[in-house]
Amino acid sequence: MTAVVDPQVDVEPGGRRDGVAWRGLLVQPALIAVALVAFVVWRSTATLTDAEARPLAWSALGSSVVDHLELVAVAAVVVLVIGIPLGVLLTRGPFRRATPLVLGIANTGQAAPAIGLFVLLATWLGFGFRSAVVALVLYSVLPVLRNTMVGLQGVDARLVEAGRGMGMSALAVLLRVELPLAVPVMLSGVRTALVLLVGTATLATFIDGGGLGLLITTGINLNLDTLLYSGALLVALLALAVDWVGRVVETIARPKGL
Amino acid sequence: MSETTTAPDQRTVSGVAIRLEGVTKRYPGQQKPAVDSVDLEIAAGETVMFVGPSGCGKTTLLKMLNRLIEPSGGKIFLGDEDVTGQDPDRLRRRIGYVIQAGGLFPHMTVGTNIGLVPGMLGWDKERIAERTDELLDLVGLDPEVYRARYPKELSGGQQQRVGVARALAADPPVLLMDEPFGAVDPITRQRLQDELLRIQEELGKTIVFVTHDFDEAVKLGDKIVVFDVGARVVQYDTPEAILAEPAEEYVADFVGAGATLKQLTLTRVADTELHTPVTAQAGEDSAAVVARATAAGEQYVVVTDGRGRPISWPSVAELTRTTTVPATRDDRLPVVGLRSTLNDALDTMLAASQGGVVVTGRRDSVAGVLVVEQVMAAIQATRGETRG
Repeated sequence: MTAVVDPQVDVEPGGRRDGVAWRGLLVQPALIAVALVAFVVWRSTATLTDAEARPLAWSALGSSVVDHLELVAVAAVVVLVIGIPLGVLLTRGPFRRATPLVLGIANTGQAAPAIGLFVLLATWLGFGFRSAVVALVLYSVLPVLRNTMVGLQGVDARLVEAGRGMGMSALAVLLRVELPLAVPVMLSGVRTALVLLVGTATLATFIDGGGLGLLITTGINLNLDTLLYSGALLVALLALAVDWVGRVVETIARPKGL
Repeated sequence: MSETTTAPDQRTVSGVAIRLEGVTKRYPGQQKPAVDSVDLEIAAGETVMFVGPSGCGKTTLLKMLNRLIEPSGGKIFLGDEDVTGQDPDRLRRRIGYVIQAGGLFPHMTVGTNIGLVPGMLGWDKERIAERTDELLDLVGLDPEVYRARYPKELSGGQQQRVGVARALAADPPVLLMDEPFGAVDPITRQRLQDELLRIQEELGKTIVFVTHDFDEAVKLGDKIVVFDVGARVVQYDTPEAILAEPAEEYVADFVGAGATLKQLTLTRVADTELHTPVTAQAGEDSAAVVARATAAGEQYVVVTDGRGRPISWPSVAELTRTTTVPATRDDRLPVVGLRSTLNDALDTMLAASQGGVVVTGRRDSVAGVLVVEQVMAAIQATRGETRG
């Protein structure tokens, strides 16, 4: 736009609403930062026994967090790679018939108690990182899959017809009309999956998958509340942080004009 | 794109003829075909209206023209070319398609929406931008203002205009319109219809238009096809002929009991004798205008802006209370175009609770005034005719 002719034009479309959304987005990181600072201050000043100090050493904490994030990241990538294309496929022509079956399996994955899923998979696939990732994927693929489908199904059928009617191929309509319009719903599914992953990844420790769950289980087993609380707090903060990043991405990626 | 210029009273034709031969659509599991072997010939540059009860197959037939619905049998020709076996995506880029509420993509700007088909046809950016502006101009939207807007920032009528612009983007010879004006209020619908008539006069496309509104069919159509179930063509003729001599009881029923009043839809505002009002430009000295109006024996004055477009219609009494003619725009000013029907004019008067309408001609300048008495006279005349 070169010249502003109409006073209404220089307001970026949806500008005011975006402003409100952004302000809302600032609260969450502020709370996370406050909690994190409080934890750091406590950790630096508290007197700890040897059994507490070792897992709470900065380097040990750091590697626990990295392990945890690694689990989440790998599982998330697999979830996206499976969930989104599958969701797209299940809304296309003949594949629609398979929808109840696939959703049924995904539902079962999520409805099954997570801890049971971890243990079952470990007895089948062996203990370790790989089994943990498989369990996490099974547990969190549903929101991505379902929201991809719901998002695509929510696109006005007349828009799809308008696209086809003007000579766009089915693929062009999918890429240029359906997916962009489904993005808000899809991203909120991705965010839900990520938050689920961060929380559920604490269970990976039971099958030797590493992560922050180790702090919590050690805290429980040795009756060391400091470890238990530290682990729980860090997982919660991590989940909140991931949720926040998800919200930021949703705000940015939301198509203009909606 | 073909630059079409119109000489007055000479019809430009940039469309091609459409011919249907035994076009049939059968849906699996249904005994009777939805469209049963339709033969139809539509002349190049004509607007043909498909009317009929819902479920009669008129929309199915329309969608078979651009193969959104694949015919089960028969042949479709555009010009002399058999397009029945052509790649549907390529075919559709040559056929404009307008649906209800425009079918604009909400996440794309007006400009992007309009530029979609030219983009698919491989036009370069500059040419697309030029064409977009040209089309926005054509449908009466200022490109500077509207090009970068998103559809939700437009009114229903404006969205529909953009929908028409988008369908015309690659200058297709054929335009298919599927109840395009069904979702807008009556006054906007009437304006959009006037706009379409004006555009069609300029371009001369072959237009196939599905509607359930018989008045709309009479107003816009060069020809009307009345369908019965199975897309059986009951009557295919000019609006005048269908109103005057319905081919079957069925058509007479469909046209409706108020057929004499429907003659109002056949008479254009331009066909009546318009009253020439006293006009004044905004900012003129009120006293001089009042004197002029009094001399002419007029009680109302049409106030125009700098370009001769009407903005308000105050009484002489109102003007005497001012020193200069005010430039305020009356949003409720009843205005119709020369191509509007008497029916539209009457509607507009009723909607504005006024006894007359300002009639605008080329470039929206004042062409005259039509008062309710003239419309009544026209009604009397047609009733007299049908009785006698």
